[in-house]
Amino acid sequence: MADVTLRKVIKRYDEVEAVRGIDLDIADHEFVVLVGPSGCGKSTTLRMIAGLEDITDGDIMIGGDVVNDVPPKDRDIAMVFQNYALYPHMTVAENMSFGLRLKHYPKAEIKTRVDEAARMLDIVELVDRKPKQLSGGQRQRVAMGRAIVRNPKVFLFDEPLSNLDAKLRVQMRIEIKKVHQKVRTTTVYVTHDQVEAMTLADRVVVMNHGRIEQIGTPNDLYHNPATRFVAGFIGSPAMNFIPCRLEDVAGKLHIRLTDRIAFPLPANRAVKYQGVTRNEKLLLGLRPEHITEAKAHPEPGIEGFDAVLDVTEPMGMETLIYFTLEGAQICGRVNPNAGARDGAPLRLAVDLNNMHLLNEVTGAVI
Amino acid sequence: MASTVVIDKAAPTRNVKYGSMSRDRTWALRWSYFFLTLFAIFSLVPPLYMLITSLKTSAEISAATNPWWVFHPTFSNYVELLTSNQFLTFFRNSAFVSIFVVTITMLISVPAAFALARMRFWGSATLATGVFLTYLVPDTLLFLPLFKMFAVFSDWTGIQLINRWYVLLIIYPTLTVPFCTWIMIGYFASIPKELDEAAIIDGASWFQTLTRIFIPVAMPGLIAATIFAFTVSWAQYLYPLVFTTSTDQLVLPVGIITSLIKGDVFNWGQIMTGALLGAAPPLIIYAFLMDYYIAGLTAGATKG
Repeated sequence: MADVTLRKVIKRYDEVEAVRGIDLDIADHEFVVLVGPSGCGKSTTLRMIAGLEDITDGDIMIGGDVVNDVPPKDRDIAMVFQNYALYPHMTVAENMSFGLRLKHYPKAEIKTRVDEAARMLDIVELVDRKPKQLSGGQRQRVAMGRAIVRNPKVFLFDEPLSNLDAKLRVQMRIEIKKVHQKVRTTTVYVTHDQVEAMTLADRVVVMNHGRIEQIGTPNDLYHNPATRFVAGFIGSPAMNFIPCRLEDVAGKLHIRLTDRIAFPLPANRAVKYQGVTRNEKLLLGLRPEHITEAKAHPEPGIEGFDAVLDVTEPMGMETLIYFTLEGAQICGRVNPNAGARDGAPLRLAVDLNNMHLLNEVTGAVI
Repeated sequence: MASTVVIDKAAPTRNVKYGSMSRDRTWALRWSYFFLTLFAIFSLVPPLYMLITSLKTSAEISAATNPWWVFHPTFSNYVELLTSNQFLTFFRNSAFVSIFVVTITMLISVPAAFALARMRFWGSATLATGVFLTYLVPDTLLFLPLFKMFAVFSDWTGIQLINRWYVLLIIYPTLTVPFCTWIMIGYFASIPKELDEAAIIDGASWFQTLTRIFIPVAMPGLIAATIFAFTVSWAQYLYPLVFTTSTDQLVLPVGIITSLIKGDVFNWGQIMTGALLGAAPPLIIYAFLMDYYIAGLTAGATKG
């Protein structure tokens, strides 16, 4: 087991810079998820850690040693691929033991390790089968087993659940988490699915355009996003961004959304945003759960307004509502019994205690 | 589209059994059988004629009887050929040449294809195309310069290769290596990239990745290439005709023609027998490896 460090890592393909100077410290035993839209450089970063891609500039260290020029087999890492990459002509046991056999481990030890991993992954009865006789989920388990038996310093996962159906994905997600709790190997996991990132990670690294947007715990990223990109990427349904500006009304700081809608800011927010230039173009960031049906006795910081709903999506435990404000489509979450109907008006409330204020031009969270 | 419409019409009458789908299929099958039978007859008549003629005596062949019927079947042609040292020499030369050529071809083309398909070095794509282009140069163009090359080589070194059966081991691979490399490049390219990446991470060297992952996974393609190389070297006529002349150096196709046609005397019975016996080894190999051969040719089409 080891820590992994990236120092100003750059990857350039001819003209295109896929990764633009990444600094990242991954502690021993940590489960770090790289997340971002396709083309953000997350897979390239992982492949550089694996040694499958050369780095153009910078340093990658595993366990304190610079591994820039160390071939993959000497980096003591194991990787799980999106399409499983099982050797089709070998049985499950042979697939899992291939790396150990190449390193001439004693047969008894190979067997012990394979049995142990098979038990951990609940694939004991499959060890004599060929990959084509397995289901997608089983193949993914074998691919994980192949990584586990090697007992490497670092596990690398490259979108391992993308080929599975939704239900199986949830199941395997839990499985991966359980495995990590048992073996505690430092893990770098790449996904484009923010739910996977949130549920699995000790820390999430949000990437965009080859750069790191923000690093933090799942809760940290959710509640304190640093940029508009992170705010919009983390959370489902995504955070709403409503054009707004600040103004002083009767000595109190207000946030104005439309000509008709303006709310006084709660005391702590008023202090926080006191320095912001008035009438500057801003964005109000509000998560859907902070736009709900209005209650009879609202708490401080919760302000009511009327909206005509465009569309409603009943989800069972809640109903998602969509309406338009100043040209922006807004999503809220209301109680299924709140009486939300397509095309009908509804009295809503915004929770300004959980608001974010963003600079519309730079996208930075103020 | 048309079939769907007819089914819709048929549905209310509940007479789905004779829907247009099955009618289409029936007709397609009839035409298939018709043409398959036609082609089968077309391609099987010559060997059948060879078989019939090989069972006749010279007297019966030259007699004005029904050429499609054997009135006095005899194995004398077979016995004579199989006990003639000459024929056995031809056979042995052919077998040696083919087995060695297949071995040489595979030893060169499999690693070459792996390198060209996977190792991503500067110019590898151009080189891969170049390999295929060399195959397109017909041997009728190549045999003269090749002959000259061996003559010059002999002048310079004193090593005589012309009129030795083993000269064919150098010449045939110029035909087989490019084509087999091309087949194997295609086959290796169909193997997902993650498979060699997984192997590399598991600690395999390039050589181990080739021998322990690629060759087993690409076995159908390998067998297809082997059969091709064997067939080419077994049936090659022009090169051995040019490069070998002494009776003890000849391979089967040339040997049969030169030893069994004496001036204007054609020993038809033995020629047919020799040709039939000569065709046997490739047939036997095809029969054993047919399933693999087909899998190799249709690779990628069915890969899940």
